[in-house]
Amino acid sequence: MPAPIRLRELIRTIRTARTQAEEREMIQKECAAIRSSFREEDNTYRCRNVAKLLYMHMLGYPAHFGQLECLKLIASQKFTDKRIGYLGAMLLLDERQDVHLLMTNCIKNDLNHSTQYVQGLALCTLGCMGSSEMCRDLAGEVEKLLKTSNSYLRKKAALCAVHVIRKVPELMEMFLPATKNLLSEKNHGVLHTSVVLLTEMCERSPDMLSHFRKLVPQLVRILKNLIMSGYSPEHDVSGISDPFLQVRILRLLRILGRSDDDSSEAMNDILAQVATNTETSKNVGNAILYETVLTIMDIKSESGLRVLAINILGRFLLNNDKNIRYVALTSLLKTVQTDHNAVQRHRSTIVDCLKDLDVSIKRRAMELSFALVNGNNIRGMMKELLYFLDSCDPEFKADCASGVFLAAEKYAPSKRWHIDTIMRVLTTAGSYVRDDSVPNLIQLITNSVEMHAYTVQRLYKALLDDISQQPLVQVSSWCIGEYGDLLVSGQCEEEEPIQVTEDEVLDVLEGLLVSNLSTPVTRGYALTAIMKLSTRFSSVNRIKKVVSIYGSSIDVELQQRAVEYNALFKKYDHMRPALLERMPIMEKTATNGPTEIVQTNGETEPSVLDTKHPPPVTQPANQANDLLDLLGGNDVVPVIQTTLPTKPASAGGELLDLLGDLSLTGGPAPAPAPSVPTSQPPFLLDGLSSQPLFNDIAAAGIPPMTAYNKNGLKIEFTFERANPNPNIAVITIHASNSTEADMTDFVFQAAVPKTFQLQLLSPSSNVVPALNQGTVTQVIRVLNPQKQQLRMRIKLTYTHKGSPVQDLAEVNNFPPQSWQ
Amino acid sequence: MIKAILIFNNHGKPRLSKFYEHYSEDTEQQIIRETFHLVSKRDENVCNFLEGGMLIGGSDNKLIYRHYATLYFVFCVDSSESELGILDLIQVFVETLDKCFENVCELDLIFHVDKVHNILAEMVMGGMVLETNMNEIITQVDAQNKMEKSEAGIAGAPARAVSAVKNMNLPEMPRNINIGDISIKVPNLPSFK
Repeated sequence: MPAPIRLRELIRTIRTARTQAEEREMIQKECAAIRSSFREEDNTYRCRNVAKLLYMHMLGYPAHFGQLECLKLIASQKFTDKRIGYLGAMLLLDERQDVHLLMTNCIKNDLNHSTQYVQGLALCTLGCMGSSEMCRDLAGEVEKLLKTSNSYLRKKAALCAVHVIRKVPELMEMFLPATKNLLSEKNHGVLHTSVVLLTEMCERSPDMLSHFRKLVPQLVRILKNLIMSGYSPEHDVSGISDPFLQVRILRLLRILGRSDDDSSEAMNDILAQVATNTETSKNVGNAILYETVLTIMDIKSESGLRVLAINILGRFLLNNDKNIRYVALTSLLKTVQTDHNAVQRHRSTIVDCLKDLDVSIKRRAMELSFALVNGNNIRGMMKELLYFLDSCDPEFKADCASGVFLAAEKYAPSKRWHIDTIMRVLTTAGSYVRDDSVPNLIQLITNSVEMHAYTVQRLYKALLDDISQQPLVQVSSWCIGEYGDLLVSGQCEEEEPIQVTEDEVLDVLEGLLVSNLSTPVTRGYALTAIMKLSTRFSSVNRIKKVVSIYGSSIDVELQQRAVEYNALFKKYDHMRPALLERMPIMEKTATNGPTEIVQTNGETEPSVLDTKHPPPVTQPANQANDLLDLLGGNDVVPVIQTTLPTKPASAGGELLDLLGDLSLTGGPAPAPAPSVPTSQPPFLLDGLSSQPLFNDIAAAGIPPMTAYNKNGLKIEFTFERANPNPNIAVITIHASNSTEADMTDFVFQAAVPKTFQLQLLSPSSNVVPALNQGTVTQVIRVLNPQKQQLRMRIKLTYTHKGSPVQDLAEVNNFPPQSWQ
Repeated sequence: MIKAILIFNNHGKPRLSKFYEHYSEDTEQQIIRETFHLVSKRDENVCNFLEGGMLIGGSDNKLIYRHYATLYFVFCVDSSESELGILDLIQVFVETLDKCFENVCELDLIFHVDKVHNILAEMVMGGMVLETNMNEIITQVDAQNKMEKSEAGIAGAPARAVSAVKNMNLPEMPRNINIGDISIKVPNLPSFK
């Protein structure tokens, strides 16, 4: 058999092929030759054949029959063979083939070979494609090589160890002792790979993380040497000394410093140094700065450093290089949640990036712009964003439209602006908006009662222009159905009213029904709108005709609607006006984003009781219990208003439970502190903080009274009547201390009879200063629906001159005006 | 972690493909084609970062590429790698190739794919960056090449002779001695037993 051709020959031959078919033919011929050569078990030419096979594999032709040959090559003694064999193994084999396990023994022998290059090859292959079984078998060898003094092998062993850890995480502890003096190496290659190994270990296991925290000073030192050392030709890249190592160390510092104050403290200086000293003219410097910024953002750095980081990002944004701008926008997006104000300063630059030609930059700028919108800049930003919406690619339009809706909902300065914005979006990008925007918009329009005429007029005009954008058409037809009477009556304060007749309106709606552009859903909207107009317009006959035509429509939905509406005309004509009258204002259900459109109706009790966190001074529930016992004789089980919202369990859970909807059974049962006090009448809301919602006007005429005056502690009550609910009396207590020593840990508790309800807001402080230098105030709200005489029992606890004091008192001398 | 390193030319023909995660052969070819489509559409003055195509992991992975003359060098990485750092790595890789091949061009990559693989193996191992010092890499690669040559035996004699001649510094020596392929045929003489 003639000697197989060399790889170069093969390549030359293949390149002469002019068509794909010719190439395939040549390759098939060569494959056949290779296969027969393999069958002959020819040692001399095996490596040549495998090399050719690998080339053909790269071009895309099947080469799996060469897998075993690779194994034979690996087992050979010659370095050339081993080299090609290992390369073939990496390219052709993987852990899904059973054959790969046969390599394990060879690799094991080669890991102990005398020549470092052979060891290197074995490590490389193990690190690239070692399966978990192989890794388990060979981890010991790798660990041994990690401790060798040969830096060439050490760095390869480190990366191999990373691969082993990824495949078999349980073996991580095995490599721990070897990592001890990895960082004291001089060789940058070893340093680099060691940092990678440490990073992987820290990311995988929190124990390792805390273990390696002590390495922070060492890492800082290495980094410092890198920066301060002068020009070193070996590791220099564009004037900066080993930037790859710098970036790796910064990344490891980031992981170590996250949520740990001490480490972050140790890193502050070096980060500031790197941030200020690195040259930014080339990509290299920017890479280091970028990594530094990310690290500063992630660890618990001081605020000055954070501002520096954001300013660096701002500078990046002005850079001409697109890559830099891209990474700057990405990082700003990550930090905008935490450092909102700092990022706001760069808003104008970000908005300029919207006009960039590059698609990736535009997308990031858009996301960032939405994150930066707030109440102050909404008008300006919205203008820019709407302009962007007009001109951007279709792939952005859907996201942009949703973003605009969300932002408008949150920060709309006025209803009219809101409606205008939404209309603008619908007219420009109408076919890209999300499906739920139609109901949201309808709800918004319903709720802005004064804008109905304006809205319907504008929508009508938009409909005249263009009926292809379905969401717009749907909203318009709904509005015309609802407010058609306003449209034809021509009353509109906001703009020039247009003169529209009923027939014109009906023409438009009928046009929708027959148009090819309308989807079935839109047709349904149009039909319903026409029906609604039958109560608002006078030309009922025309409507009747239209409706009866569609009674035989092919579309089942339309047909059903038409038939039912027909029935309305015929049999239930008396009900028709009632059925088709104006829609009421709809309650807004929870939407995706936080909404500030809160329906306030006079009764604000529920939101008043919307407590947040219990203050640090929490009383155990049994104290409350005792107080209730003191009220005595309360056998009547009151009915608690069930407007109390259910609370999530929190630290002060027991106290909050006092408030919850409790089914009250009998008198207060003595409950131990942590148990759920299901049988306690929830009168005491001790110190639960909540914001006072009322701007109370001090009710003139109710004189203040002294409730308690003993041992130097005086408590005065002042009264206000809460508008608008006259049943609520708002009492402010003022506690003052005439002794020479402060009263600390001062807590005021109160209980009222069951016919009242009491709420205690948080005190101004819990130290009553001595010698009447100041007072502690606290607000009590008492609900007195039955207008009974107010009685109250109070309990005071404080620490005076080192000893705790407790006292109980009853307050009966309320002025009559406070409860009538 | 680097998921894949691809080099292809302006028409999409692969010149080097190294995957650090397993994909079937078909998928590998499809990935190469998809990446070529994504990268070739890019204008000259846009940024060098792209979201990965669907086959290679979608938007979790990024494609970082550089275009040199007729070749695209594409590194597909996940989010743990610094994008700007990888750009520098590509630069170092190309400079190393340049040093090894003396003014490297596409033809060098075509005819010496195995050598390019060896150089790459010294830089990136298992998807992670191993060594970035150009001189170090070149030293190691040279040493290994020397080992290979010393084992080559008689078939390597012509190549050795060529390199020996190249390394001689005699100004009179004609430069165009092309020794080429000498296949020595040993006649089968049955009379000599």
